[in-house]
Amino acid sequence: MAILTLAAKSLWNRRLTSALVVFAIALSVILLLGVERLRTQTRASFAHTLSDTDLIVGARGSPINLLLYSVFRIGDPTNNVDWSSYRTLAADPQVAWTVPLSLGDSHRGFRVLGTDRSYFAHYHYGRHQPLQLAEGREFEDLFDAVLGAEVAEQLGYQLGQSIVLAHGAGEVSFALHQDKPFRVVGILARTGTPVDRTVHVSLAGIEAIHADWQSGAPLPGVHLSPEQVRQLDLTPKTITAFLVGLKSKTAIFKMQRQINEFAAEPLLAILPGLTLQQLWSLMSLAENALLVVSGLVVLVSFTVMLAALLTGLNERRREMAILRAVGARPWQIFALVLGESLTLALAGAAGGLALLQGALLLAGSLLETRLGLTIAAWPPSVHELSLLAIVLACGLGAGLFPAWRAYRYSVADGMTIRI
Amino acid sequence: MSPAATVQADASPAILIEGLRFRWRLDRPWVLDVPGFQLAMGERWLLAGPSGSGKSTLLALIAGIQRAREGRVAVLGHELTTLSGAARDRLRADRLGVIFQMFNLLPYLSVLENVLLPCQFSAARRNRAQAMAGSATTEARRLLAQLGLDAPGLERRPAAELSVGQQQRVAAARALIGQPELIIADEPTSALDADRRLDFVTLLQRECANAGAALLFVSHDRTLAEFFDRVVELPAINRIPMLG
Ligand SMILES: Nc1ncnc2c1ncn2[C@@H]1O[C@H](COP(=O)(O)OP(=O)(O)O)[C@@H](O)[C@H]1O
Ligand SMILES: [Mg+2]
Repeated sequence: MAILTLAAKSLWNRRLTSALVVFAIALSVILLLGVERLRTQTRASFAHTLSDTDLIVGARGSPINLLLYSVFRIGDPTNNVDWSSYRTLAADPQVAWTVPLSLGDSHRGFRVLGTDRSYFAHYHYGRHQPLQLAEGREFEDLFDAVLGAEVAEQLGYQLGQSIVLAHGAGEVSFALHQDKPFRVVGILARTGTPVDRTVHVSLAGIEAIHADWQSGAPLPGVHLSPEQVRQLDLTPKTITAFLVGLKSKTAIFKMQRQINEFAAEPLLAILPGLTLQQLWSLMSLAENALLVVSGLVVLVSFTVMLAALLTGLNERRREMAILRAVGARPWQIFALVLGESLTLALAGAAGGLALLQGALLLAGSLLETRLGLTIAAWPPSVHELSLLAIVLACGLGAGLFPAWRAYRYSVADGMTIRI
Repeated sequence: MSPAATVQADASPAILIEGLRFRWRLDRPWVLDVPGFQLAMGERWLLAGPSGSGKSTLLALIAGIQRAREGRVAVLGHELTTLSGAARDRLRADRLGVIFQMFNLLPYLSVLENVLLPCQFSAARRNRAQAMAGSATTEARRLLAQLGLDAPGLERRPAAELSVGQQQRVAAARALIGQPELIIADEPTSALDADRRLDFVTLLQRECANAGAALLFVSHDRTLAEFFDRVVELPAINRIPMLG
């Protein structure tokens, strides 16, 4: 006990150096835990996005790409699915429900999703949670739109707001469907998924705004008013992808094979959970590299500590001799120096954790709106605690060397310290 | 080897040395070969000798910081040559006071904390200080006052801020707290000017006399001889001639 008090006072006496060492350790801990937290929370957040969907079907291509654009609104589809193929597969006796998805337009940087009302019934997220309307109703009319919570909040939209969709997914688009505005009829409750950042309209609505367009540009000399468009057959010709729920889970793989061997056009069916796993194993290389880098930074910070302790040690031989003279045992000298390392490591770890929490509290809402990532600030996970324990163990390990040196000095020095 | 590790404490001398031989390392020359030396309880001696003659080495052996493998060093009735390191450390903590040449104090402790340091490492010291004055802190204050260090606020100042003379007196207070039976001082006055030197020696003498502690005081300054019961020249009791 006396020794620990002495260690604390001695550290305080060298508070500038001590503070710098603690700061270095804290920074390395922030990096280590930050990387770890981003990793686990990204995973949790992604896994939270879709629930109860057995298969996702799109044009043949990369499974990960299909998952990313259909569910996470990341990237663009390479090809479309024919409406007739969709109808055929939706009518399969094993299929309980389907949700068609049509992407490609945007509104002020937010993706527009064309779908039908089965979306509100069958799109589930988290633990089997259905979507819920915070205000208004589902779309009914051709030009009705239902907003995700984040869209409404960021743009300050209310029910009844008139909005214009843009062609393409960019933040700034020059090809606006200006002549056919939509009206906001519903706003969804927050889900913490990409749904919050999506504008939902009917498939027919998507079809309607493109009725006088062809291959991404307005047809020259052709202009149809909203009223004229209503007279047309607005059955879509293609959709981007669709979600499938099966009557029996045991049919999943059979159905998947059946879709992948679909004769009319090349299709791809994926199991969302399995494909997410593939995505993670793809990512794990980068994640591990980050983890290794942050581990190295931790090592560097303890090298800094080691350097600081060893430099101080020679000047402190006098101090050790005094302690020995008043009756300190050599192991107490050892404990004194080790206690200093441990105190520095503890302070660094606690400081790093506190700074990370603070940063997350400040930046959390930004991450959530920008990336749709909810990063819980507290409590640290078991895995993070074990990382912290490893950091402390490193501190202890690094402290062993100067402690042993001090021990040796205190045994070898007599009454006179000859430096 | 003497079978009696602990002789009756009262009867035994403060320091008893017989046939002691010591060298710091096997590859280094012998520093000490002392056939006999004895300091009785309560006596106060001056140990003189030129620099490098082994005075500090002898004190390290008496303090039990180093151990001789040949011969006999008995301190307050304990055979240091056979005592374990832990037991030597305990003996020193409980019953010895040590004063160095300079830089005696831990710079990051206050004056008062420095004086109380031995009580942190020895319950026996703490208990005796308590028995003397009611509490160890009161006893520390009493000693500081005895040594002329009762200026207001001084006890809370960091030790490093004191003058060398003040530091040495704080070191004396620390050596004296909790009534150790033997004080060993390694040239405690060599960093002081002549006036301060006399002050320090008289103060230390008086406090040792009050506490009944034996004192082995190392100095090469023989003008201090009159203050001591006896002056011992180390070269006279050491058979190893000084090198170079
Ligand atoms: N801690 C030590 N380690 C090794 N050798 C030492 C140590 N202390 C002293 N010596 C050696 O012991 C001899 C006696 O030194 P010392 O006891 O300090 O003499 P004095 O105190 O009389 O000046 C010297 O040769 C010195 O180099
Ligand atoms: Mg000396």
